[in-house]
Amino acid sequence: MTIRKLLLSSLLCTVAFGAQAQTLKIGLESDPDALDPDKSRTFVGRIVFSSLCDKLIDVTPDLKLVPQLATGWTISEDGLTMLMTLRDGVKFHDGSVFDAEAVKANIERSKTLEDSVRKSELSSVDRVEVVGPLEVKLHLTTPDAPLLAQLADRSGMMVAPSAFGGDFGAAPVCSGPFKFKNRVSQDKIELEKFADYWNADAILLDGVSFLPIPDSTVRLANLQSGDLDLINRLGATDVGTVEADASLAFTATTGIGYQGITFNTTNGAKSETPFGKDARLRKALSLAIDREAINQVVFSGLNAAASQFVPPASPYFNPAYPAPSRDVEAAKALIAEAGFAGGVDLELQVPNRPENQQVVQMIQAMAAEVGINVTINAKEFATMLADQAAGNFESSQVGWSGRIDPDGNIFGFVTTGAGFNDGKYSNPEVDALLKEARTTGDEAKRKGLYFKANDLLQADLPLFYLYHESWLYGLSNKVQGFAASPDGMIRLEGVTKSE
Amino acid sequence: MLTHILHRVLVAIPTLILISIFIFALQKLLPGDPVLALAGEDRDPETLDRLRELYGFNKPIWMQYLIWGKGVLQGDLGISIRSGIPVTEMIAQKLPVTLQLAAMSMLFAIAIGIPAGIISAVHKGTKTDYVANVVALSGLSIPNFWLGIMLIMVVSVKFKLLPASGYVPPSEDFWLSIKTMIMPAFVLGTGLAAALMRHTRSSMLTVMRQDYVRTARAKGLRERVVIMRHAFRNALTPIVTLIALLFGELIAGAVLTEQVFTIPGFGKMIVDAVFNRDYAVVQGVVLVTAIGFILMNLMADIAYVLLNPRLSGR
Repeated sequence: MTIRKLLLSSLLCTVAFGAQAQTLKIGLESDPDALDPDKSRTFVGRIVFSSLCDKLIDVTPDLKLVPQLATGWTISEDGLTMLMTLRDGVKFHDGSVFDAEAVKANIERSKTLEDSVRKSELSSVDRVEVVGPLEVKLHLTTPDAPLLAQLADRSGMMVAPSAFGGDFGAAPVCSGPFKFKNRVSQDKIELEKFADYWNADAILLDGVSFLPIPDSTVRLANLQSGDLDLINRLGATDVGTVEADASLAFTATTGIGYQGITFNTTNGAKSETPFGKDARLRKALSLAIDREAINQVVFSGLNAAASQFVPPASPYFNPAYPAPSRDVEAAKALIAEAGFAGGVDLELQVPNRPENQQVVQMIQAMAAEVGINVTINAKEFATMLADQAAGNFESSQVGWSGRIDPDGNIFGFVTTGAGFNDGKYSNPEVDALLKEARTTGDEAKRKGLYFKANDLLQADLPLFYLYHESWLYGLSNKVQGFAASPDGMIRLEGVTKSE
Repeated sequence: MLTHILHRVLVAIPTLILISIFIFALQKLLPGDPVLALAGEDRDPETLDRLRELYGFNKPIWMQYLIWGKGVLQGDLGISIRSGIPVTEMIAQKLPVTLQLAAMSMLFAIAIGIPAGIISAVHKGTKTDYVANVVALSGLSIPNFWLGIMLIMVVSVKFKLLPASGYVPPSEDFWLSIKTMIMPAFVLGTGLAAALMRHTRSSMLTVMRQDYVRTARAKGLRERVVIMRHAFRNALTPIVTLIALLFGELIAGAVLTEQVFTIPGFGKMIVDAVFNRDYAVVQGVVLVTAIGFILMNLMADIAYVLLNPRLSGR
């Protein structure tokens, strides 16, 4: 009898301990590219990095910068030096030590590696000086306020110098809570808990697997069948299904990105159109759109109507420009004023994804009511990007996943010659304001500059904003402690999975 | 026989070269800049130019092809510009998956299609024949992706009998591997079974009208022996041709089925590569698929000779 009790209790103990060793299975909407922070360009890549590679700086849900591998930072008066103190006792996944030399090596790699795509993000960094074993000084060529935010993303991800060279992306060695175990491209990425993680107490999972499943219906089916524990990019129309299922839960947060319409104002022959040349027509189209209706119909009310390049939660949001409501009379008046009371045509290109197409179809119907005849050009994404860069478009429905620093949401899109400015909009006043906003870390001062730039942009309207996307997640009830973040990253500190 | 095989192998080489040139040219004709397509979220113009230089996209097209061709002769199929993984490694990872799916699908197709075809032919004009034809037509008409999603909903979500998607290699867990492949193989197999069934039926009907079959019956042989040993064996030639062609197609990858069931095979790989303008991957997959087709046809030829010795010796 006693022996049986003993056996039973030891069996229960084993089961109990066994139940604590859990791997979280996360479904992503596409397969990440190379797992090398200096080469990676995909959004889903960043999600994997959240578990794999720690950064110098991290971000809170209210978009404040907080220490991760760096414990503190001070910027000199002239903005040309940044002193960072580093965390002690941090190891890389291969056991090597994280220190100031490692930071220097990382930043230099990001700047000098032949196919690094981080160069422009660190362009202001001239050199890195090792001041002490846990202290580095970054010497900048020009003050760079967005640099801190860059160090809270891939540019600040610290990889083990001992693993440089060779095919790093195939077997990454970082210092995050989980280390790389295995990857089969387009099938899965498996990570296992890193025992020597500096914050190991906060990690309550044994491992995490990322499975790319592009079709959202199939991704949801996997969640329902228990083959996945958490899915990224839950479809807005699937939220009802998740909420109705007793074994599943739904959580969401407003993202820092946006979707909008960009106009070709000065890029080649296709800019010589009424809409390309007259801001009144662009304004009329914006006024013809009922953003809330689009939100309700296409996204079940889960997104937020947008008016500017930052979401309402951002400290840089200008309340003077709330999301415009539909105003058919005002739109018609502007069109008449511009001389097109009889009707005006517009080509609108859109990626051939279901949600984007639904949005654009609604816009087409709404625009028709004010006399704007929209022709929709659905294009495959790569073709659309190429056409945009070449100026082969009149208007385009495009979005941006968003960056923590406001500069990341606007500079590249409206300054003269910038990488994402496909409409080739150019306003020297806007350029000057946005450049100056990069040079100071003073939030109040930057706010003033962004407000002024926003005034000019709202008048010129080279692009306008439709909505801020929310990040929607479906999860199994077995998963506890997960909180969505506005930057769309999946942070696993404190997350548990029960049996 | 051996000379025949050698001849076929020699002919295959210029065929492969022509195919690779054709596909390379087609890819370059596609609109869209591969570097922009790769760029995703980061589009610094300087970076893009540097990448174009690095991957040789600024060179003339014929030179880009020759560089690739030279690599192939040295056993190097290039690297995926999206993931940085060598194409040979990607193919080595995915070929077994595709072959497993192809083999299991073919098994379903043969197990269902051929018996159905024989029964249908033997019972021509009866209810059995009619039912078999309707089922065959449904198999051909039902879209793979719809059937796949329906199966996932019923089998995985409702009854939790099989995993909804994903793949496990047989070396890791044999039975789980079979379980992950049953639904996709069934979906693919039913479509092929339908085609096989129709072919088997018409081939059998043709053969059963022959004099030697009448003779076999007249000799007093059991019906089963007449059907299987005499009729079916001779009806096999066109069926074998079809099986070879179908298997070749399966190697090319069942794009929709792989997408629905998230099987990391060729189909998914090539679709992603085309959308990402990942030239080396597309070239590599097309090359391997073409070799697969040629091999399958060669094996079909050998099978004919084995089945019908009269076909050998010229």
